[in-house]
Amino acid sequence: MFERLSVMLMKEFLELRRDRWAMFRLIVPMIIQMLVFGYAATFTVHHVTTAVLDLDQSQASRSLISHFAATSRFNIVNVATNQKEINRDIDRDKAVIAIVIHAGFSRDLENGKSAQLQVIVDGTNSNTALIALGYIAQIVANFSAEQAANRVFPSRSSPATPAVGISLQMRPWFNEGLDERWFFIPGVIGTLTLMQVVSLTAFAIVREREVGTLEQILVSPIRPVEFILGKTVPFFLIGLGDIALVSFVGIFWFHVPFIGDPWVMLVGSALFLLAVVGMGLLMSTFSRTQQQAFALNFFFLNPFFILSGFAFPIAAMPKVLQWFTMINPLRYFLVIIRAVFLKGVGFAVLWPELGALALLAVIMLTISVLRFRKSLD
Amino acid sequence: MMAEVNEIAVRVHGLSKSFGSVQAVRDIDLAVAQGEIFGLVGPDGAGKTTIMRMLAAVLRPDAGEILVDGVDVVAEAERAKLHLSYMPQRFGLYEDLTIAENIFFYGALFGVPRGERIARSQELLEVAGLLPFRNRLAGQLSGGMKQKLGLICALIHTPRVLLLDEPTTGVDPVSRRDFWAILYNLRESGVTIVLSTAYMDEAERCSRLALLHGGEIRHCDTPQHLKAAMPGALLAIASAHPRDVREAVSGKPGVLGALLMGDRVHVRVDDAGRRIPELRAVVADRGIADAVITPAEPGIEDVFVALLGEEKPHELR
Repeated sequence: MFERLSVMLMKEFLELRRDRWAMFRLIVPMIIQMLVFGYAATFTVHHVTTAVLDLDQSQASRSLISHFAATSRFNIVNVATNQKEINRDIDRDKAVIAIVIHAGFSRDLENGKSAQLQVIVDGTNSNTALIALGYIAQIVANFSAEQAANRVFPSRSSPATPAVGISLQMRPWFNEGLDERWFFIPGVIGTLTLMQVVSLTAFAIVREREVGTLEQILVSPIRPVEFILGKTVPFFLIGLGDIALVSFVGIFWFHVPFIGDPWVMLVGSALFLLAVVGMGLLMSTFSRTQQQAFALNFFFLNPFFILSGFAFPIAAMPKVLQWFTMINPLRYFLVIIRAVFLKGVGFAVLWPELGALALLAVIMLTISVLRFRKSLD
Repeated sequence: MMAEVNEIAVRVHGLSKSFGSVQAVRDIDLAVAQGEIFGLVGPDGAGKTTIMRMLAAVLRPDAGEILVDGVDVVAEAERAKLHLSYMPQRFGLYEDLTIAENIFFYGALFGVPRGERIARSQELLEVAGLLPFRNRLAGQLSGGMKQKLGLICALIHTPRVLLLDEPTTGVDPVSRRDFWAILYNLRESGVTIVLSTAYMDEAERCSRLALLHGGEIRHCDTPQHLKAAMPGALLAIASAHPRDVREAVSGKPGVLGALLMGDRVHVRVDDAGRRIPELRAVVADRGIADAVITPAEPGIEDVFVALLGEEKPHELR
């Protein structure tokens, strides 16, 4: 048993070493993708192109516009003179947002009436639109607070008393600066590892089938389990290496804090990789050729990514898709890796996710071993 | 005859296998004596590979018994695999490993002790003439060399029974000759060889042949006996226009079959003495002046076609 397994492993690593590009293929894409994600994956909205139409031409309206001009969130690209111009700017993508201040704006303010401000948003990119609207609401709220404070109440001789209100003290835990990178980068580590290891495993086995070495190995007294171990252990180890590598990039390049226990991370990664290797193996039992494996890979990996909670909250998904996330190892690993990185919690908190991963690993590996046996006939 | 030797190396009884609605192998019985080179001959789709894979314990039969070297292949596949060796049409080599590494790997899979593995691979490499290339990557070998390397990998654990599925398909004639030299050597040392082939010249080198058609064994005997059993007599008509000759003689009285063999036509007739003058007249009527008709020794291809009734002769190579 041990002899056959060790010679399988020896062969795998020898092939890997022979492959001059292997190291390059295993490491460089991971690091590059990590860097791309780290720099590009952000929901923050900056420099939104904005057109302004001020029909009031008052001190108040100019003051409001200067609030927009003062922040880097908005980039005023056009000060329009009529409504038509505004429509054209939005149609031609010159501006994503248009702010229209109608005549009578300052008069309403002075009379203590509620003044109207019109905001037109290009909703094509609903995400950007939504976030930009949030900023606008903030700016307008600040503006009205200033206006309220400055207003002199004629009925009172005493200085203006501040309006009674609730003051909100925000203090986000675990990520005080609400730095999105802190949220994304642990997720990227899990996602990249999933994609890399599933395809490596599936392709390696299908290749043996295609080249005919699988049939040859099966003529020997090797047991299917030995073969499967020989084929999966290397990718398990490569996966661990990948996780360590991209984690270092996240920690030392992007300065994402790692405050948890490395052992929890190791156990979580190991269970995750077992499940992922099982997935690759399962995929290989459904593919006779590398093309088929490629198609399957393409079919499954994106949904696994989308339904993982990487960017889109699982709680907001339809029930059916939420059930599907239960069999997604990435879902559990993302919880674990984020928690270990940012919250520093351990086994006492993460046992349900760790347990789910272990269960998934057992199920996937069992099914694939059984299917692998069957697929030989 | 070899089959009468006591030691039976391969015994097959009632072997059947279907794939969906296609019955690939029907109720086959076989007995191959130790030291035989036994040939399975038949057109593509006759069931040769299916039988081979069942003998090799990689494919489970639907019904039937297989004993290889006394071991029940169906019940004890793992043990049987130590006694036999199977080489598929295309041997699975790791192209980015060297010749020596491939041999080492397969040797270890079969549990050949390290020292023995090295000695034996040295010996096999020498016989096959691959010793100078042992550090060359398998992917850089010619087709014939790859096939020889496959054979070495298949022989590293000193099997008692060697199963070869169309081993020389696509191999150049010189390498084929080398390959057969190795097979004869193996037989000398008592290894039993079962091989399938679609090459008729190769079939003639076997000690016995099973003619397969539609998943059944139609005839099984030595090449000599099979030739003797061929109904009728064989005539060879040499001409510069063999196709015209075949057309002219086909269907004429007493003609049982006509087969194109290069620049000659092999015509099987019921009675050579009576039909030679008749056919001479037929060919002359067609305006073929250069035809020379002589009695001929049947080859295995003629026998095969005669015995199987010309069902699919064009698929033979």
